Amino acid sequence: MFENLSFLSLQQYWWFLIAVLGALLVFLLFVQGGQTLIYKLGKTEIERTMLVNSLGRKWEITFTTLVTFGGAFFASFPLFYSTSFGGAYWVWMIILFAFILQAVSYEYRTKANNFLGTKTYETFLFINGAIGSIFLGTAVATFFTGSQFSVNKMNLVDLTSGNMPIISAWENPWHGLEAIWTTQNLAFMQNLSLGLAVFFLARVLALLYFMNNIDNEVIVNRAKIYLKRNALVFLVFFLFFVIRLMFINGFAYHADTHEVYMQAHKYFNNLIEMPLVLIIFLAGVVGVLYGIFINLFKNSNKGIWFSGAGTILTVLALFFLAGYNNTSYYPSTFDLQSSLTIENSSSSQYTLTVMSYVSLMIPFVAAYIWWAWKSMDKEAITEDEMQKDDHAY
Amino acid sequence: MQQIDFSLVDWSRAQFALTAMYHWIFVPLTLGLSFILAIMESIYVKTGNPEWKKITKFWMNLFGINFAIGVATGIILEFEFGTNWSNYSWFVGDIFGAPLAIEGIMAFFMESTFIAIMFFGWNKVSKKAHLTATWLTAIGSNLSGLWILVANAWMQNPVGMEFNPDTARNEMHNFLDVLFNPVAMNKFLHTITSGYLLASIFVVGVSAWFLLKKREEQFAMKSIIVASVFGILAAVYTIFSGDESARVVAKHQPMKFASMEALYDGQQNAPLVAIGFFGHPKAETPNEQEFAFKFEIPNMLSYLAFLDANAFVPGIRDLVHGNQERGIISYKEKIAKGKKAIDALAAYKNAKKAKKEQDAADALKIFKENFEYFGYGYYFGKDPHMLLPNVKISFYAFHTMVLLGGFFLVLLMYIYFLARNNKLQDKKWLLWTALWTIPLVYLAQQAGWVVAEVGRQPWVIQDLMPNIAAVSQIDTYSVQITFFLFLVVFTALLIAEIKIMLTTVRKGPEITENSTKK
Repeated sequence: MFENLSFLSLQQYWWFLIAVLGALLVFLLFVQGGQTLIYKLGKTEIERTMLVNSLGRKWEITFTTLVTFGGAFFASFPLFYSTSFGGAYWVWMIILFAFILQAVSYEYRTKANNFLGTKTYETFLFINGAIGSIFLGTAVATFFTGSQFSVNKMNLVDLTSGNMPIISAWENPWHGLEAIWTTQNLAFMQNLSLGLAVFFLARVLALLYFMNNIDNEVIVNRAKIYLKRNALVFLVFFLFFVIRLMFINGFAYHADTHEVYMQAHKYFNNLIEMPLVLIIFLAGVVGVLYGIFINLFKNSNKGIWFSGAGTILTVLALFFLAGYNNTSYYPSTFDLQSSLTIENSSSSQYTLTVMSYVSLMIPFVAAYIWWAWKSMDKEAITEDEMQKDDHAY
Repeated sequence: MQQIDFSLVDWSRAQFALTAMYHWIFVPLTLGLSFILAIMESIYVKTGNPEWKKITKFWMNLFGINFAIGVATGIILEFEFGTNWSNYSWFVGDIFGAPLAIEGIMAFFMESTFIAIMFFGWNKVSKKAHLTATWLTAIGSNLSGLWILVANAWMQNPVGMEFNPDTARNEMHNFLDVLFNPVAMNKFLHTITSGYLLASIFVVGVSAWFLLKKREEQFAMKSIIVASVFGILAAVYTIFSGDESARVVAKHQPMKFASMEALYDGQQNAPLVAIGFFGHPKAETPNEQEFAFKFEIPNMLSYLAFLDANAFVPGIRDLVHGNQERGIISYKEKIAKGKKAIDALAAYKNAKKAKKEQDAADALKIFKENFEYFGYGYYFGKDPHMLLPNVKISFYAFHTMVLLGGFFLVLLMYIYFLARNNKLQDKKWLLWTALWTIPLVYLAQQAGWVVAEVGRQPWVIQDLMPNIAAVSQIDTYSVQITFFLFLVVFTALLIAEIKIMLTTVRKGPEITENSTKK
C-alpha cells in the first residue's frame, strides 16, 4: 500500500502525522493550563485535591504524546531532531526540566513523608504548566520566524582542520533562548505571542475541562469567571500572531531546485492556495470560540468538546501552513539555504514506508484511549469520591 | 566552527550516563513488578479472596511511587539523543528514530492509558476489565523495553542498513534485520528477565521485613511464594541469556569482551578469571594493571566465548597491535582505512558537485571498500590507545554482575524451599539476608549496564561512529550546568521516592489502603 506512494507523498503523509501529534499535544496541554489554576480555583484542600485528581488522570497522556511527538519527529525528520534539539539546547532543556518536575508531582504530592512537602510539588505543577506551554508555543513559533543555524554535511568528512565534524551548528551562543529577544523582523513579538497564546489557550481549555469533569458548584462558578478573562487574553495574543503572520514574509522554496527564498505574504498565500487548510483553520477558530461561548452564556458544560476539537483543527492548519506548499518548516535566518523542508530533512523512502505501516496503529490507540477515558469519566469527580478513593493524588 | 573539545565529549557522556543510570534505578522494578501485580490480581479474580486484592493494592502503591520517576528520567534520555548527540541523530536517525517512535505509538500509550484504569478504576470498571488493564500495563511496559533495547542493540551491532553517500548518513534497508538483530533479541531477554529478578527480590526482601517484625505474616508469605517462583524462573533465564550474551559480545565486540576479562594477551584454551583484584600498574599498555590476586577456571573463557575449550580468544594487545597469525588487523591499519573511507566520501561529494561522474564512481568504490572502518578514521593522527575502553571498570562491573546473579538464584531457591515447608519464619538470618539483598540487586543491575556501555567505548555506533564525531556543538559549561541540575533534581527525587516507599512499607498493607490520601 505505502510502497506505491511517491517519496514526496510519504514526506507529506509524515508531516501530516507530525501535525496531528502536535495538534493533539496542544489540546492536551489543558493539563498544563489546569496546573496553573489550582490555587485560583481551589481555595480549600479538598477543592485542590479535586482539581489535581481531575488532571492527574490525564497527565500521562499529555506526557506520552510529547514523547511520541519527539520520537515521530526523530524517525521521520531526523535532520530537524539533530538541528533543533542539538542547537536550541537551552529551550529544549528547560522544557524537559519542566516535565521531570511534573511526572513525580502528582504521585508524591500528598504522600506521607514526601521530602519536599505538598506545596513544593504544587509549585512544580505550576512551573510545568507555565513553562511547558509558553516554551512549547514559542518553540513552534520559530517554525515561522526562523532560527540562526547552519547545516553543512561536508563537515562530517573534514579531518584536516581539527574542527568538530558537526553537520548542524547553532550560530549564536544563546542556543534557542534568543527566540524571545530577536528583534530582526520583530521575531520576538511573533514568537512570544504564540507562546502566550498557547499558555492562555491551555488555561481556557483547562477551565472548560474542569467545568465538565468536576461536579462542584463552587469550582464551576469560579471557573466561569476565569474563563472570561483568560479567553480574552488568549484572543488578543492569538489574533496578534495570526494577523501578523498573514503579513510577514515567509520562507518558500522552489519545488525543482529546492532553493529557499523569501516570499512576501507566504503564509497568507498558503491559506489561499490551500483552500482546505483555510476551511480547517476557520472551522478550528469557530470551534474554539463556540466552546467558550456555550459555557459562558448557554450554561453548558460541553464547551471542552468544541474548543478541544477546534484547537486540534487550528493547530493542524498552522502546521500545514508551516510545512506544505513548498514552505520551509524550520527556516534558518543565518543561512537561508540551510533551512529545513519536509523534502530535505526527512528519513529515507524505505524508513518512511515502514513507519507508515506502524502509523496504522494510531486509530486503534486512539480508540482504546477513548474507551479508557469514557470508563473513567462516566461520573464527574466529587468530594465524596476523593474521600473514598484509595489512590487519590 | 569549534575545535574538537574532549571535555565536551566527556561531560556529554557523563550527562547521558547519569540520566541512564538514574533511569535504570526505576525501570527494572516497573518491568518486573507490573507482572507480579498482574499475577497477584489474577489470583484475586480467580479465587475471589479479598486478601489477594489487599496484597495486589499494597504492591501497586509501591509500583506507582516508582513508576512516576522512571517516566521522568525516561523522557530525558530520548531527547538527549538530539540535545547532546545531534550528529549521531542525523548519521543514524533514519534507523534509530524508528524504534523510538514505535515505542511511543505501540507501547508507551498502552502503558500510560491502562495504568490510569489500574490505579483509579477499581470501582469504575468490572473486575475482568481491571485485570485486563493491569496485564496491558505490564505488557506495555515490557514492549516499551523491547523497542528501546532494539535501538540500543543496533548501536552495538549495526545491521539492516547501508550508508548513502549522497545524504551522508546510514539508511535502513531491512527493518526485520534491525528488529531481529541477534544482539537485540538477546539484550531484550537478558534485560527484562533481570528486571523480573530485581522485582522479585524487592518483593521478597520487603516481605521478609514484615516477617522479621512479625506483622502481616499471611500477606508476606503469599507475596514471597509468588515472587520467589517468578524470581527463580527469571534468574535461570537471566543466567542462560547472559551466557548467550557473552558469545554475542565475543563475536561482535571483541574489545569489550577482552576488557570484561582484562585479557591483554590473547590465547587458546583461555582461562576465565572467576574472581580477581588489580594490583600494580604495568607499563606495557596505558592504564594496564597486573592482577594482585586471581582465581581462574582453566579453558572456561574459550568455551564461554566460542563453545570450544581450544578456541583462541583475542586479547586487548592483539586487537590494538594486530595479530597476523590470527588474521587480526591493527588499530593503526583500521584508522588508515577509516581515513581512506572518509577522504573518499569527501572526494565523491566534490566530484558529484563538479558533475565528474567517473571520479565520483572511483571515489565511491574506495569508500565502499573501506567503509567497515569508517569510524576509526576520526582517530587519524591520534594514539590508537584512545580507542580502549576503561578495562578496570569493565572487569569489576562484569564480575560483580555475574557473581551476584548466581547468588540471587541460590537465595531465591532456598527461600522458596523453606517457605513451601513453612520454615522460613524461623530463619532470621535468612530474612535479614533477603532484606539486605535489595540494594545488591540494584548494584547488579547498574553493573550490567556499565559492562554494556563502558565496554563499548568509544563507539556510539560500533566501528562506524565514535563519540567524538557524535556529540553536539554546545559550550562545555552549558552541559556542565545541565549535568549538575539533573544531578540535584534526580537525587532529590530519589530521596523523596525512598522516603515515601519506606513510609508506605512501614504502614503496611492494611493501613496503606486508606492512608495515602490526605
